[in-house]
Amino acid sequence: MDELQELYQELIVDHNRTPRNFGRCAHTTHTADGKNPLCGDHIEVFVEKENGVLKEVMFEGAGCAIAKASASLMTTIAKGKTEEEVEELFHLFQEVVTTKPEDPLPESEKLGKLIAFAGVRVFPARVKCASLAWHTLHAAIKNTSSATTE
Amino acid sequence: MNTTDVAVLRKEFPMLEKTMHGKPLVYLDNAATTLKPRSVIEKEREYYEAYTSNIHRGVYYFSAFASQQFEDVRETAKIFFDAPEKEEIIFVRGATEGINLVAHSFGKAYIQAGDEILISAMEHHANIVPWQMVAKERGAVLKVIPIDDQGDLIMEEYKKLLTEKTKIVAVTYVSNALGTVNPVKEIIALAHEKNIPVLIDGCQAVQHLPLSLRELDCDFFVASGHKMYGPTGVGILYGKRKYLDAMPPYQTGGDMIASVSFEETSFAPLPAKFEAGTPNIAGVIGFGEALRFIEKYGRKEIAEYEKELLAYATAQVGNLPKVRLIGTAKEKASVLSFVIDGIHPHDIGTVLDTEGVAIRTGQHCAEPVMKHFGVEATARLSVSFYNTKEDIDHCVRALQKTLTLFG
Repeated sequence: MDELQELYQELIVDHNRTPRNFGRCAHTTHTADGKNPLCGDHIEVFVEKENGVLKEVMFEGAGCAIAKASASLMTTIAKGKTEEEVEELFHLFQEVVTTKPEDPLPESEKLGKLIAFAGVRVFPARVKCASLAWHTLHAAIKNTSSATTE
Repeated sequence: MNTTDVAVLRKEFPMLEKTMHGKPLVYLDNAATTLKPRSVIEKEREYYEAYTSNIHRGVYYFSAFASQQFEDVRETAKIFFDAPEKEEIIFVRGATEGINLVAHSFGKAYIQAGDEILISAMEHHANIVPWQMVAKERGAVLKVIPIDDQGDLIMEEYKKLLTEKTKIVAVTYVSNALGTVNPVKEIIALAHEKNIPVLIDGCQAVQHLPLSLRELDCDFFVASGHKMYGPTGVGILYGKRKYLDAMPPYQTGGDMIASVSFEETSFAPLPAKFEAGTPNIAGVIGFGEALRFIEKYGRKEIAEYEKELLAYATAQVGNLPKVRLIGTAKEKASVLSFVIDGIHPHDIGTVLDTEGVAIRTGQHCAEPVMKHFGVEATARLSVSFYNTKEDIDHCVRALQKTLTLFG
């Protein structure tokens, strides 16, 4: 698989084309606004949290295929997880997209489909696209109203 | 210029021998920065290897020699830009610093509460934010000349915005996001009818068009060396003596004073007054070489060749399905901005990257322009005279690949 196919693999192209959980939660308890000021990517994350569990996670916004697919996949994965589990996934995800191409990727069963974003490693300029949604979700849970990857 | 000339010219640029992701580099991001010819690189290296010393102070041979080399560039720049006096050329870090200097110092000397500063809707952030800061500081108002849907300034509105409250007009010669060439001569003449000074941001013009500051008659002019085949971290500010003499210094320190005591300091005359501290000596000397490099090929010849190249790119890219061109002004230079329906510019940029094609994607430091056209960002290619039709073809093939991938 070449670098380009590795980056834009089926799962990512699919989530970009038909984003999951696009919209707002009916009973939003936490929300944050995420921006990449340099490129104009803009993602809003909405969370319904109950007893430390993310019952509902949704997003809205506009951005590149990587940013959108990452937000979409994130919502499907974060849904039903506890706050701590989501934080752990956030860190694992960061590791996946920032590990140097020549170094081994983190091995964890928890990663699941997130490993699809490993292709981003070869394109350092795109790391912030991939992580925007995660930063925004993190900000929402921590009750910070905005996030930026700059 | 013909294809043989371009083939010869290309050999002067070491970067054009590089590959990106294993493909020969097709460099179409010239509005961001131009590649550097060997002569410029060598000239800069020469200062470090053969006559490093500080300028304007040493009595010894190398310092005098370096000072001469440095000051010779002021003369070269005076001739290149056709400025009335060489003392009116101030060396700065780049156009951004030049605009900040004018906004700050001119603002202090001339702008009062209730005054107006007039800029345009197609300015780079560097020609918006410094004025915004000054307006805030002085209690002045920032006014904006609107643009139409082709990306041309609406001159009728401009005329209406020039009032007795207007203290300065600051507009770009060529838009970095749209490629529009503004009718700067007319803009300047109209402002002068009301005795309003004009700053021209020449960043995207100086490397593409012949120009004469004397003919333009603008009051301030800025340009960055790195966008005209020169080193980064050096640029020029031109200002009419009558303003520069009346403006307070922007930064203070060494090299810019006449005498200092703990009670009082008197400042050196132009240009030293605005050149505090040790400047980018190597950069300025390299910049002089860049000006000679451009002159060797001729700005008229460069303009004609690039115009042809831009027309070709516009036709080829414009013919692709789902493409919308952003910025179709009557007169344009170098820049072709576009969006593809359903594909984000970043994804376009990444596919092109893997094909060895370097373009810019994003907001181009011109967020208001993006808003005007209702887009989040654009893809932008910008040509230089070392580019060829083959470069454009290469880029178009990569765009076709993008369309297939996301189609």
